[in-house]
Amino acid sequence: MSDKQQNQEDKFLAPENRKHTVIGPEGEEIHVDPLNDYFCQDLPKVEAPYKGVLEKFLNWARSESLWVLAYGTGCGSIELPPLFSPRFDAYRFGVMMRPTPRQSGVLIISGYLAVKTLKRVIRSYEQMQNPKYVIALGSCTINGGMYWDSYNTINRLDHYLPVDVYIAGCMPRPEAILSGFNKLKERIKSGNAEGANEYVENLEWYRTNQKKVIKDWNMPPYNW
Amino acid sequence: MNIFLKIVFVLLGLFIVLNWGLIMTGIIRKIMARAGMRRGIKVYQPYINLIKNYSIRSQLTHGVMFYLGPVFRLSGGVGIFLFMPLIFGSDYWSNFSFTGDLILISYFMFFGMLGMALGAGEGGHPYSGIGISRGLAQFTAIEVPFSLAVIALAIQYHTLSISEIVAAQQGGIMHWTLFTNPLATIAAMLSFLGAMGHSPFNVVMAPQENPIGPPTEYHGTFLGVLQTNRAILHVVEAVLYMNLFFGGAGNWGVLILKSFLIYFWAVFVGMVFPRFRVDQSIPWLLKIPLVFGILAIVLLMIK
Repeated sequence: MSDKQQNQEDKFLAPENRKHTVIGPEGEEIHVDPLNDYFCQDLPKVEAPYKGVLEKFLNWARSESLWVLAYGTGCGSIELPPLFSPRFDAYRFGVMMRPTPRQSGVLIISGYLAVKTLKRVIRSYEQMQNPKYVIALGSCTINGGMYWDSYNTINRLDHYLPVDVYIAGCMPRPEAILSGFNKLKERIKSGNAEGANEYVENLEWYRTNQKKVIKDWNMPPYNW
Repeated sequence: MNIFLKIVFVLLGLFIVLNWGLIMTGIIRKIMARAGMRRGIKVYQPYINLIKNYSIRSQLTHGVMFYLGPVFRLSGGVGIFLFMPLIFGSDYWSNFSFTGDLILISYFMFFGMLGMALGAGEGGHPYSGIGISRGLAQFTAIEVPFSLAVIALAIQYHTLSISEIVAAQQGGIMHWTLFTNPLATIAAMLSFLGAMGHSPFNVVMAPQENPIGPPTEYHGTFLGVLQTNRAILHVVEAVLYMNLFFGGAGNWGVLILKSFLIYFWAVFVGMVFPRFRVDQSIPWLLKIPLVFGILAIVLLMIK
């Protein structure tokens, strides 16, 4: 990390994250560095897949049980609730919504991504456990779409997160999303959906890109 | 019977109960989907979910209790199973049931909840804490009418052994506790609604407003253990109610049918009624089932 970037991070550090001193009950002084003391400093490791039939079997199970983080970023999130209605019924394909990132394996970026939201997306993505997959929904995640020259949205999602499947359209209908889920299943079964490991291998590159747009970083090295 | 043979049959019984629990979950989810005019999940989806959760590559922990939470929960479920006579009159399928097994099983029903509370508490997520306080408060209210029903049965049959209670109900459908002591049965079946965690008593997990209660931080293998436990627990609790109130089972076919129907009672009510808030569910449990439980005991004492 360059000095310039470090200075910028210090400048935008939230008051509660600055180093400070607390007076204990018996008058002793305790020095607190919140980002170091309260958060895990470890970086993730590459988790190598098994080999052969076992990995194929596990990939089949992973592809047939896609737990989606119930999290919408843009206008596309309005297309997600109908998926679970009787008309489209994504449960047939083993797709299920989970309300917590710990238990989910699929993150759908449903539309334009404001810089403010990108920060939350990164936190959610990093809290999910390996293996995890990203579906990018709508034109905005491919090249910015109608927001390509907006001052506070990002244009190409795969500069910030490893994307497995793009679903083009503005907005894609639920049928298109179902077809996207099936594409993701094929990709997982073929063993190519190793986005979580790619993210870990290229963490520095992704971090540089992310910190270029997110000025008030205010987060530990990795959001476990 | 030889202790090794006994252990082999206990493990075999656990295997059957686990698989029946998973299949039953699938069938129930399918029925719920059809009631909502959907095709729903595949019947074997719970197996796939389980395999997927056990094969998550990276996992993180918050400390020792975080590890032990699901283990305690599982030992609660397996503990109920170990002391539950499954098939009436069979030495092979009576597990380790003994004279006071009903007391021990009532204890194990609470044990898992407490272990889970400690583990999820160490997770540190505020939603876990909210879920735990709601869960423990509601489960305490569930235990009260159930305990009253159990006391009524103990007075009626002069025993705390499940095998003897089942034996007392043999000889036709009119000998079941359902007909000999309907008030205790009503109290217990109303508390059963709460114990199964379906709507109207699923505010503990409440996915929309409180994602998702105690297991918020649990993932991967931890969640797999919790799911395994849930499959076992649903069957053994239904089997407990079957033994106490519905005449037990003479073979595995009857056990599977009766446990399905008893579990379906909770699902049926859940499909029809919306969710209680926790400040509605506890007063409800402490009003209606409790009154039935007290009446059951009072009537037995008058006789």
